[in-house]
Amino acid sequence: MAGTLTEKSVVLWAWLSGAVLTIAVGGLVGYVVVKGAGSLSLHLVFGDTAPLDAMLLRRQVFDGIFPAMLGTLALVGLSITIAVPIGVAAGIYMAEFATSRIKAVFGLFFDILAGIPSILVGLFGFSVAVFLHHRVSDRIMPCLLISALSLAFLVLPYLIRTTQVALESLPRQVRITAPALGATRLQTLFWVLLPQSLSGIVSGVILSIGRCAEDTAVIMLTGVVATAGVPTSVLANYEALPFFIYTISAQYADQAELMRGYGAAIVLLAICALLFILATLIRHRLADHLLYGVR
Amino acid sequence: MFRDQLVKVLFGGAAAFSVAVTLLIFGFMIVLGAPLIKDGAFLALFTDSWLPGQGQVGIAPMIVGTLVIAGLALAFSFPVSLGCAALISGLGRGPLPALLNRLVRFMTGIPTVVYGFAGIFLLVPIIREWASRGSGLCVLSAALLLSVLIAPTMILFFVDAFAAVPRSYLVAAKALGATAVQRFVHIMIPGAWRGLTSGVVLASGRAVGDTLIALMIAGNAAVLPESLMDPARTLTAHIALVVAADFDSLEFRTLFACGIVLYLCTTAMVILTRRIGSASEKRQWPAP
Repeated sequence: MAGTLTEKSVVLWAWLSGAVLTIAVGGLVGYVVVKGAGSLSLHLVFGDTAPLDAMLLRRQVFDGIFPAMLGTLALVGLSITIAVPIGVAAGIYMAEFATSRIKAVFGLFFDILAGIPSILVGLFGFSVAVFLHHRVSDRIMPCLLISALSLAFLVLPYLIRTTQVALESLPRQVRITAPALGATRLQTLFWVLLPQSLSGIVSGVILSIGRCAEDTAVIMLTGVVATAGVPTSVLANYEALPFFIYTISAQYADQAELMRGYGAAIVLLAICALLFILATLIRHRLADHLLYGVR
Repeated sequence: MFRDQLVKVLFGGAAAFSVAVTLLIFGFMIVLGAPLIKDGAFLALFTDSWLPGQGQVGIAPMIVGTLVIAGLALAFSFPVSLGCAALISGLGRGPLPALLNRLVRFMTGIPTVVYGFAGIFLLVPIIREWASRGSGLCVLSAALLLSVLIAPTMILFFVDAFAAVPRSYLVAAKALGATAVQRFVHIMIPGAWRGLTSGVVLASGRAVGDTLIALMIAGNAAVLPESLMDPARTLTAHIALVVAADFDSLEFRTLFACGIVLYLCTTAMVILTRRIGSASEKRQWPAP
């Protein structure tokens, strides 16, 4: 019975699937890394400008990805600053305060928000910018602030979910010990539950940072441009790494520019890989302490 | 307790704000798209072709483009994803399945724009050579690349679904002499089909919602594709391409029709996955 033709072909199909996926991903990522490895140097980042001058903002960088890197940094910093307080607070509410009915209804909305194509969040940001431009002030255009707000909306549902799950998956004895010792509800929350679920929450935040750094669809509608220099104001246009890569792929003037595109792709890939590994390491700590009970 | 109430109201406010954002996104699209409905041209949008020069601004080609590209991507990705999930969940021996699992998790962190970039310079030339006509920017290239993008969504969901099948069933089947393949086909797939369905629905949501792959690879011609080698434009890419137009123009208004279609599509998929999920809770496996 064992080892019939059907059995063998099912096993073969499973192994083939694994091979196909590995080759596809390895091929795509490997191609970028191998082709672009040669472009990795300080010149990629700063171009012909002296690195120190560029970093002190004394001179502009024209043929490097420095402005795009700073733009991405500013964008990620702003959107995470907006999203984390709201997302974590909403997640705590969902896990600790919400009745089961509110949980079901709000949860549905957060699932929808998580599922909305990112381009729609971008379209929303763009519409809000135009609306404010007409109604509030001429100075408001699609800009860094609008992009950061839109990206914050994009990662809100992830933050809410990871916070909620981190709190809800705490072992029961952690939850009942503090009240038994006379702690109030808030004391339990801030001194026991939140510290215990911190690694889960933090890994959610790190994954959100990665999502903000790689997103292209939202920012291309809300104020990113191909050349803007180092970001100077939250109400101005800016450059960003993913959009830089996208523009290069659509229109590159010469081989040098194309190689900068490869270089930027490797840099972005490395940033996202690092964030991913960091989040995994932190979450493993969480898994450990869930496994062994209270630390 | 006053402080208790304050914290509860603050945190509840954050949650309510997030719900409000979800509703506001839909509200904005309805309000800004409303003039289309007043013109009585709303239904024509979904049947007309896209010829803005002649006053026709239908989004029918984009709807078809989205369905074809997302559908093909699913068709390519499903068998491979199921195979990978099977390998990870017990069909494979040795250290390789665990490594594959790591790779799949890592894939969720790879930026879409990097896939697109590699696609343009690696996949598109291959397809162009192979088809020996056109530019290589076509439905087939976009669907192939998209199938790689949505694979981890499916695989991780499938693996979770397989892991939820009670171990006692597998052990019992093994004791009765069932081979690994028999256990997979007769115990794991029937036991996990709700999770499998949810994974497929979620992955199709990702396929429909992705902008960048289609925008970079599919060629973006706003006409009905007649073969796999023809370029096409998806709803999402359409939004990205037209947004630069004048805010009051009719072309721009149609974006909100695209937006409404995509939003309703997402909502339907979310509700569908929730129903599948809750149905499985009601009919749980009997206690072993």
